[in-house]
Amino acid sequence: MSSQERSLPAVEIRAVQKSYGALQALRGVDLTIEQGEFFALLGPNGAGKTTLISILAGLARADAGTLRVMGHEVVQDYRAARRALGVVPQELVFDPFFSVRETLRIQSGYFGLRHNDDWIDEILENLHLTDKAEVNMRTLSGGMKRRVLIGQALVHRPPVIVLDEPTAGVDVELRQTLWKFIRQLNGAGHTILLTTHYLEEAEALCQRVAVLHKGQLVACERISDLLLGRQAATLEEAFVGLIRDVET
Amino acid sequence: MGVGFTTLLGKEVLRFWKVSFQTLLAPLISTLLYLVVFAQVLGQRVSVYPGVGYAAFLVPGLVMMAMLQNAFANSSSSLVQSKVSGSLVFVLLAPLSEIEFFSAYVLAAMLRGLLVGSVVLVTAGFFFPPQIHSLLWILVFCFLATGLSGALGVLAGVWAEKFDQMAAWQNFLILPLTFLSGAFYSLHSLPPLWHFISRFNPFFYAIDGFRYGFIGASDVSPWESLLIVGSTGLALSWATLALLRSGWRVRP
Ligand SMILES: Nc1ncnc2c1ncn2[C@@H]1O[C@H](COP(=O)(O)OP(=O)(O)OP(=O)(O)O)[C@@H](O)[C@H]1O
Ligand SMILES: [Mg+2]
Repeated sequence: MSSQERSLPAVEIRAVQKSYGALQALRGVDLTIEQGEFFALLGPNGAGKTTLISILAGLARADAGTLRVMGHEVVQDYRAARRALGVVPQELVFDPFFSVRETLRIQSGYFGLRHNDDWIDEILENLHLTDKAEVNMRTLSGGMKRRVLIGQALVHRPPVIVLDEPTAGVDVELRQTLWKFIRQLNGAGHTILLTTHYLEEAEALCQRVAVLHKGQLVACERISDLLLGRQAATLEEAFVGLIRDVET
Repeated sequence: MGVGFTTLLGKEVLRFWKVSFQTLLAPLISTLLYLVVFAQVLGQRVSVYPGVGYAAFLVPGLVMMAMLQNAFANSSSSLVQSKVSGSLVFVLLAPLSEIEFFSAYVLAAMLRGLLVGSVVLVTAGFFFPPQIHSLLWILVFCFLATGLSGALGVLAGVWAEKFDQMAAWQNFLILPLTFLSGAFYSLHSLPPLWHFISRFNPFFYAIDGFRYGFIGASDVSPWESLLIVGSTGLALSWATLALLRSGWRVRP
């Protein structure tokens, strides 16, 4: 990495708009996430978090605005942008034809990696899936499917990792091992963008937070500054107050 | 075309291979049933071209019909299935170009079509040993026709968002096109109106040209068939790629 690349923002979102018919899901969103951050994107149901992530990942197209991942524009320079990004989708999706290991191998292959078994084994171990490696995806429990989704996002060691509600439906023990693993990745330099409705999780893990409300950013600052500004004891308190204020 | 492309192609092949009971064996059986019924019932009475028995006429038509239907079924149902289940995101998140995406689905569809076709041909060959007039024409139409049908399947899969929409393509487009394609009869035996309509069916040319490779006789020149099947395939591929590039229904 050159020094110029090192100083690039991990994620750069400029004036992004997106409508579904008459519904304006995103109304001009600007957001910059620096490399190495552990960043929380919060907002009530339907605020536009998943829409923004989908556009960043190239799963949907913005009506206006530009988005870059590690400096790579997501439409023009989609190959580099997608290589730099690992996404854990919100929905529990899986391909019922394959086993856990096959799923991870295929995902590696999509990213051009043929011999990735050492890293796949490490992922399996960190996500407590080693004994399920040869099991068909169909037969896994919901929480285990979620872990495989996380594994799939990590096969190509992306510098930027986006987790869309990764702990929904995951038991306490796994949540802890999962956060340990993600923290470790963050410590190793990966940028983490997280959406969650568990605000205590966001508070414990993240330094900065952005709050989306009806397609607009209504806050974007350090969690400590947000708490100070709103004279709140917890992120949850600050969040609830903030949403109440913007709605009145 | 790199590792990403070959992985997607391999995954698509593995997908139909793992359920080969439905994807290879079932079409073999249904095609053989047609063969038994039609060849036995009509075999004694019908002669389409002078000096060509009905079975010799019918077998290539049935083989091509099976190839067309199975190539279409493979790309279309794989895409719709993964759209409905949501697992298409894994492919969409990957750094694959539209050409790589399109070609992987089309090639896997071609492979399934060719496998079904070969198995049908070999099995039918036990009862009705085929004559071969020109292997080159046979191969040309095998590849072109399964490519055309696989590309049509990708288009249908891009468009459809639910299984019943896909069933509509199967029932209202693919089935009529393959049945009204001269697999069972020569175009010249049709009333003028149907004859006229059939001339707009690209699958007719695929079957007619393919059959020419076996029996050396056809309703139209194999060169005309080559031109029509090839240009239809190219036009369809171009249109599908343009849709993929626009993100229509795939990256909404
Ligand atoms: N494909 C779509 N078609 C139509 N409307 C959509 C589509 N996807 C999202 N929306 C709408 O856009 C808005 C934002 O949805 P989005 O999924 O981004 O919210 P979210 O912040 O992720 O919510 P949640 O916390 O519930 O996951 C919602 O009103 C939703 O109904
Ligand atoms: Mg969401």
